[in-house]
Amino acid sequence: MFTRLKSSTKSSNTDVIRYDYISRIEDAELEERSDYSFKEILIPLSETMFYFTEDEIKEADYDARPVIVLMRSCDIHAVKRLDQMYTGNGPANDWFYERLRDRVKFALIGCGKACPNSFCVDMGSNKTDEYVFSIDMADGKVYCDVRDDELMAAFESAGGTKEDVSPRYVTEAEFRVERPEEVPVELFKDPMWDEYTRRCVNCGRCNFVCPTCTCFTIQDIFYTDNGRVGERRRVNASCMVDGYTDVAGGLVMRKKNGERMRFKVLHKVYDFRKRFGYDMCVGCGRCDTVCPEYISFANCINKLNARVKEVTENV
Amino acid sequence: MCNCGKNEYTPVPSKLQDIIKHTAQEWTFRFTYVGDVKPGQFFQISIPKVGECPISVSGIGPDYVDLTLRAVGKVTDYLFENFKAGDSLFLRGPYGNGFDVHEFEGGELIIVVGGTAVSPVRGVVQYLCETESAKDVHMIAGFKDPGEIMFKADLKDWAEKIDLTLTVDGAPEGYEGKVGLVTKYIPDIPIRDISRCKAIVVGPPPMIRFSMIELVKRGLSEDNVWISDSRRMSCGIGKCGHCRINDKYVCIDGPVFKFSEHKTLID
Repeated sequence: MFTRLKSSTKSSNTDVIRYDYISRIEDAELEERSDYSFKEILIPLSETMFYFTEDEIKEADYDARPVIVLMRSCDIHAVKRLDQMYTGNGPANDWFYERLRDRVKFALIGCGKACPNSFCVDMGSNKTDEYVFSIDMADGKVYCDVRDDELMAAFESAGGTKEDVSPRYVTEAEFRVERPEEVPVELFKDPMWDEYTRRCVNCGRCNFVCPTCTCFTIQDIFYTDNGRVGERRRVNASCMVDGYTDVAGGLVMRKKNGERMRFKVLHKVYDFRKRFGYDMCVGCGRCDTVCPEYISFANCINKLNARVKEVTENV
Repeated sequence: MCNCGKNEYTPVPSKLQDIIKHTAQEWTFRFTYVGDVKPGQFFQISIPKVGECPISVSGIGPDYVDLTLRAVGKVTDYLFENFKAGDSLFLRGPYGNGFDVHEFEGGELIIVVGGTAVSPVRGVVQYLCETESAKDVHMIAGFKDPGEIMFKADLKDWAEKIDLTLTVDGAPEGYEGKVGLVTKYIPDIPIRDISRCKAIVVGPPPMIRFSMIELVKRGLSEDNVWISDSRRMSCGIGKCGHCRINDKYVCIDGPVFKFSEHKTLID
């Protein structure tokens, strides 16, 4: 089981809630949102694709044991976005993603309260039916809605009481957002993005905590002790960080942080929808919480919406 | 174990048949390849322990593809320094949409290209040279200076079959060929029916921009213009995200785009 747990850091009061394997449910953190999402179980921060030994190319091994991931509704919605990118964009599927995805099942943690900075309700990700079982803790009891037949047998043998259970979900998130239906091309170069050129420090944390960010860069290395042996890896990439668009010869596409913010924001609440019919962002609020410059994604969506209205009404 | 099908990331061995040196910096590598491929598509050249780079197809033969590259990056530098004909390398691809050569057959066509951008259109020109509409193909090929002219044998051959204008941006005194930017020659192209004329414009972004200004002045419709674009890419198959512009991925929706669509894409 792969779930959120608290781990202490060297500095005081800076505990991180991140995902890891557990063997007892008591170790799981079921109340607070994880700082980093579940996504490293499907797209590891750094993943070896191939090993190279002299003339041989070998696909890297992986841990094929089945995994159940405990996650909130917003994150289960995020899995649909990851699936879309890796297995539903273009003619070829991502083999490395598929083999990790194949062994994973998702269990829902019911939401008793909205997370800080969340706007899941307006993004429609506050509720889901896509889980093998749900888990809600109340009055010292654990309530589970089991939807998977194989697991049902396990739950029955554990000797629980049968009751009608439906997982909790929030109907009011911390923030409300309104998304624009259409974003005119003029908005891409609008001065509204200049604010982010001033504020953003392009650290890329928003991308790395985002459960729907899927970008990666492929890198080759060779072992310094033996240049004939090496590997090809892919590592999570950030569209906010320098180097994302660099090509041989020196061309860089988006130099200003405001342009990068525009690229990211429009992908999350417009461009992805134009391509696939639904928005990429699930409103979990992690990017707001992690931003060292206190940039609010929810605010940005609302500002964008207001600006689109201004621009289209003045035509 | 997962039943995941083909791993598209796996590099496929390919023997290097030949290396054709155009200039010191630009060489064509002839890779063994048998299979479907169109002009304008691209391959990932894959060198284990060094990396991969996307390169457009500049020639197609019965058992090979030509990939023309300029030594400007990590992978290309390594290729130039370490390989000779007969060596084995790795490829994966072809990727991208490529040009549909039949689209340009049987009507008037303007082709404006600059430098290495001859690569993606070379297959289109070769195809059209053998059709009856060859004489209606008006091509302007621009290079930086006489020393940078590539595909010289092709240019000589094409000059006999199509209306070819070869120009260089600048040349030392005594150079006998045409001098000037490609845009200088657009107003003079003889076209009978501009409303039905098509165009292919491939080159550096500023060249495309200024060529389009001239072409639109002539009355050419933006719907009748195709361009080929390029971006940083890691995967080539619509996964890594680097080449996205708005809702399009250059690697799978392009690299060939209609200009009218491409102009709404903003990096």
